[in-house]
Order: sequence, then structure tokens, then C-alpha cells
Amino acid sequence: MNINTTKIISLLFFIFSAFYLYTAYQIQVFAFDENAPFNARTFPIYLGYAGLFFSGLKLILPDPNTIKVDHKNLEYKKTGILILIAIIYGATILKVGYFLTTSLFLFASYYFLGERRWILMFLLSFPFVAAFMYLLHGILDIYLRDPFLQSIGVMG
Amino acid sequence: MIEGILIGLTTALTFQNILMVMVGCFFGTIIGMLPGLGPMTAIALMIPITYGFDPATGLILMAGVYYGAVFGGSTSSILLNAPGVPGTVATSFDGYPMAQQGKAGKALAIAAWSSFAGGTLSAIYLLFMAPSLSKVSLSFRSPDYFALMILGLTAIAAFSSKGQFLKAMMMVVLGLMLASVGQDSLSDITRFTFNNMNLTDGISFVLVVMATFAMSEALTIILKRNDPTSAAKQVSLTELGSIRINKEERTKMYKTIPRSSVIGFLIGVLPGAGATIASFLAYGMERNVVSDEEKEKFGKGSVNGLSAPETANNAACSGSFVPMLTLGIPGSGTTAVMLGALLGFGVQPGPRLYMTNPEIFWSIIMSMYIGMVILLILNLPLIPYIARILAVPKNYLIPLILFFSVTGIYVMSFNNFDIYLMIGIAVVATFLRLYDFPMPPLILAFVLGGLMEENLRRSLLLSNGSWEFLWDRTLTACILATTILIVIWHIYKTFKKKN
Repeated sequence: MNINTTKIISLLFFIFSAFYLYTAYQIQVFAFDENAPFNARTFPIYLGYAGLFFSGLKLILPDPNTIKVDHKNLEYKKTGILILIAIIYGATILKVGYFLTTSLFLFASYYFLGERRWILMFLLSFPFVAAFMYLLHGILDIYLRDPFLQSIGVMG
Repeated sequence: MIEGILIGLTTALTFQNILMVMVGCFFGTIIGMLPGLGPMTAIALMIPITYGFDPATGLILMAGVYYGAVFGGSTSSILLNAPGVPGTVATSFDGYPMAQQGKAGKALAIAAWSSFAGGTLSAIYLLFMAPSLSKVSLSFRSPDYFALMILGLTAIAAFSSKGQFLKAMMMVVLGLMLASVGQDSLSDITRFTFNNMNLTDGISFVLVVMATFAMSEALTIILKRNDPTSAAKQVSLTELGSIRINKEERTKMYKTIPRSSVIGFLIGVLPGAGATIASFLAYGMERNVVSDEEKEKFGKGSVNGLSAPETANNAACSGSFVPMLTLGIPGSGTTAVMLGALLGFGVQPGPRLYMTNPEIFWSIIMSMYIGMVILLILNLPLIPYIARILAVPKNYLIPLILFFSVTGIYVMSFNNFDIYLMIGIAVVATFLRLYDFPMPPLILAFVLGGLMEENLRRSLLLSNGSWEFLWDRTLTACILATTILIVIWHIYKTFKKKN
């Protein structure tokens, strides 16, 4: 058997399906439902077996369409930074508020992607978010919690 | 019926109602274009406004929003590969590659004409077939629905990625697994939540679609920035191209539109099936009926591949009104929202709606024609402006896609757990995309997961745990036989090609 990344992904999916199946068997159902033809664990159990079946087949059968990815040409660093910025965004949005966090998220993303036109970067972050926020909060009446704007008295 | 049509025309052609269709189409297109904000959100936002009008006007406004949002969703599918609604996922298969080839304008024009034709033809079908179709949809039972969903999932797995059937089936299973997270619909027992309260209600559709399409697409573009093959794609993306459809393309559309509109309408009539299955089935069927030469173009910017799902999803929109208006059963999530609004007006949908409120029933059907014309008049001239989104440099477009994705999720839940979950799913999806694991089967499976379990539950309970329900009814057996034929045909074709 020729080992390639697709096979490794299939193996991971096989392990994941086995874990899913184990967890499906652990689902607690009501006592009167235990021997019913269908209960809360029936469908997940079928899914677990289906996952094992298809990933097992993919592991065993030869792979004529092997996908080769040239890792040297992939921008892991920039992608990683963008993901990190998104995680920081998620961590701060509730405490700082929508306006400041989202504007900084956009500004930082432009910067790390190599943009250096500062005025355009500013216009497409702070005023852009303000306009979007007005559309959501002011016109469509979708509540957006913002402790920062509340602290400076812009939002009620 | 003639009397009904006249009543409908009189109501639909008032100045106020024409204005409502226009406002609805425009508003729907704008909202539908924003990834994460689909027709359901747009209609839900409209409900408080519609209570100021009479029921017919309110429903006409919502129908306009519905059509507009479906078209707007196609626009974001074609330009950004970020479908805002499941019904437009299949549009991105060929619409996005076409846009990458510098034919964004043409792709949008094909989508506009196909939507128009699909919607108009299905409105004609609706006019003449609504009474008898409600009887057909009544004859569908749980085993038939279950078999139909198996057929939809197999079809998408077989056709979404060439020579990658097993990978696609793995994605189908993954989608169903994601859909199983949260409370069981009948017993309320929590499953796969690992004591995390945020997962009790399950994972939202918008989150999964944003993660696997919009966010993962943005990450893939950044990841492959230095890849010579993707660099070529980026250059061609800045060319908008003409919106003119040539004679050869028109000929292809003339053949695709009628058959896709029939599929779309018939699937739309089935309660719960809706535009998603319709568009995937139309895409799958179209790929099966075209010549081998055209088949090779599927997934790479085929005119038939774009026209079929676009026709079918709009046709299904009209079809989904049949069970809502005649049976009081919504044909899709969106019509479920509309049903709620109808009940709010004090109107009880059902077979007696013809008699009790004929002006509502017929004016909605008549406003569909008007809506389609307005949608075309509104969107065709705007295509060059809409397509300019492509000219935005990647350094700005990528953060903006991420912004719309994250905002769409945050506005829905005001919860940072959903943001983390979305990032996690997007990272996994990006990695899977690198190795050619198709995402559309995952999305369709995720959408159908709950319904599939529900119908399997009913079927097994009724047959006392026996699987005989799969061949007890002729209709179920026929649908399953079609599924088996698709699988055998797919394996045979692969085997033949290898030899």
C-alpha cells in the first residue's frame, strides 16, 4: 500500500469515526426507549459505521488520483497569522466590543497581508465598520453590544 | 380558475403591490449577496414591516425578498465562492470557475436569465398544476423522503468531484455527523456536546457554510498565493468580461432550462425538500444527459452546469409555495418563516385557502411573474457594477470576506465560542480542500441530516424496526433503484476509463 497524505487523512477519519461510534454507544437514552426500534443513539451508530466503512475502503483500495501538494509554495506563515488574528478577535470581541475589535481586526489583516496604503487601510476599517454597524444597529435594529462605545457615550 | 387569475391580477397589479415586489427584489438581492445573510434572515427582518400591510401585500413583499435573496446568493456564490444559502451551493461549482476565467459578467448574466426562466416557467406550472400537485405531495411518506435524501446525497457524491467518490462519501458522513451534534429532536437528549452548553442547540448551518466556503476559501487563497497555478487565476479574476451570451451558449441554455425547471418545481413541491436538493439534482442530472465533451467542462465553468442549478433553485422557490399554500406545510425553511407570518395575519393556509382567501392565493402566484420580470430588469443592468467586487485587490478582499463571515456568525449568536468553532472548521476544511476533498457533499449532508434522521425514525418505528420499508412501497423502491443505478453507473464509468 502506497502511503500518501490522502491515506493519512483517511486513517485520521477512520480513528475519528471509531471515536464517534464509541461516543454514540455512550449516549444515555430513557429506560423505556432502550429497546425501541429507533432511539437517540440509532442514527449516530449507523453514521459511525458508515464513516468506518468509507474511510476503511479509501485506506485499503489503491488511489489512482494521488494529489501532490507542493508545500514550498504554500504561504503557511501569513495564513497562520490570519488565523491567529481571528482567534484574538474572538477572544476580545465580548470585552472590548464590536466596533474597536472589528476595526482593528480588519486593519491588522490588511497590514499582515502586505498592504501599506495607510489612508485606504484606515478608511476600509474604522469608517467602514462604523457604517456597517449603523446599518445593522441603527437601520435593521440588530443589537450589537459594545462596551467601548458605551464607555465613551456614543452608544446608549 | 380564470376568475381566480383575474382576482390575482387585480390585486398584484396595484401600484402598491408592484412597488412592494420591486422593493422586495432589491432588498433581497442586497441581503442575499452578503454571505451569511440569506432569504430567511431577509424575510425575518421584513416580518415586522409587513404587519403594517394587508396579508396579500405583506406576502407579495416577502415573496419578492425571497426571489431577490436567492438571486443575490447566486451572485456571492459566483463572485466569491461563498454561498449565503444552501440552494446556491451548486451554482458555485461552475459559476466560480467561470468568474476565475474572467467571465464573471457572463456567469452572472447566465444566472440572471436562468433564474428568470426557471421562476417564470415554474410559476406557469404552479398556476395549472397546484391543485393536483398537492395530492402528489400528500402521497409522499417517510420512507420515500428518506430514499429521496439518500438519492440526493449519492448523486452529489457521485458528481461533485471526478474520480473521488469515496472522498465525497466521507464528506457526506462528516456532514451528517456534524448535523447530529446537539439535542435529539424527539427525546431532547443531548448528543456529542461533551457537556458544552454552546453545543446544545447544535451547530448552525450558517456557521458551517461560512467556515467551509467563505472562510476556507479566503484561507486557501492566502495559502496558495505563491502557487504559480493560482497566481494565474488571480490575474484573470480582475477581468470582468462581457455580459453578452453568445448563440452557442443560448442554445445550451434552451435545452437545460426546461428540464431543470421541471425538476426544480417538482422537488420544490415536496415538503422539506426545497431548493437545495433541487439544485443538486438538476446539476447531477444535467451532467448525466450532456455529451462527454460537455461533461468534461463540468466543475470548470460549464454553461449547462451553471444554468441547471440556477433554473432549478428558482423553480423550487415557486414549487415550495404549493405545500405551504395548499397544505399548510412549508416546503423550505424560508417558506416556514413565511408560514409563521401568514399565521400572524390570522390567515390559516390549507386546502380551503382557495375559497376563504382567493385574493391571497392568486395574487401571490401572479406576483411571481411580475417579480421575475422586475428581478431581471433590476439585475441585468447592475451586473457590471456587482461584478466589480472582483476588482478589489486580494489584500482587501480577503479580510473583508473574513469580516462578513465572522460578523454573520457573531450577529446570530453574540457568542465567541461560535467564532472559535468556525475557525476550527475552516482550518480543517482548508486542509481537506488541499487534498481535493469536496465540500458541497458535506454541506448538503449537514442540511439534510436532521430531516433524514426524522424520516428514518418514522419509517423504522412504523415498520417495527424492520428495513422492509425500503422496498415495501413502489415509489421508495424506484427512488432507491435510481440511487443504486447512479452508483453502478459511476463505478462502471470509472472502471471503463481505467481500462
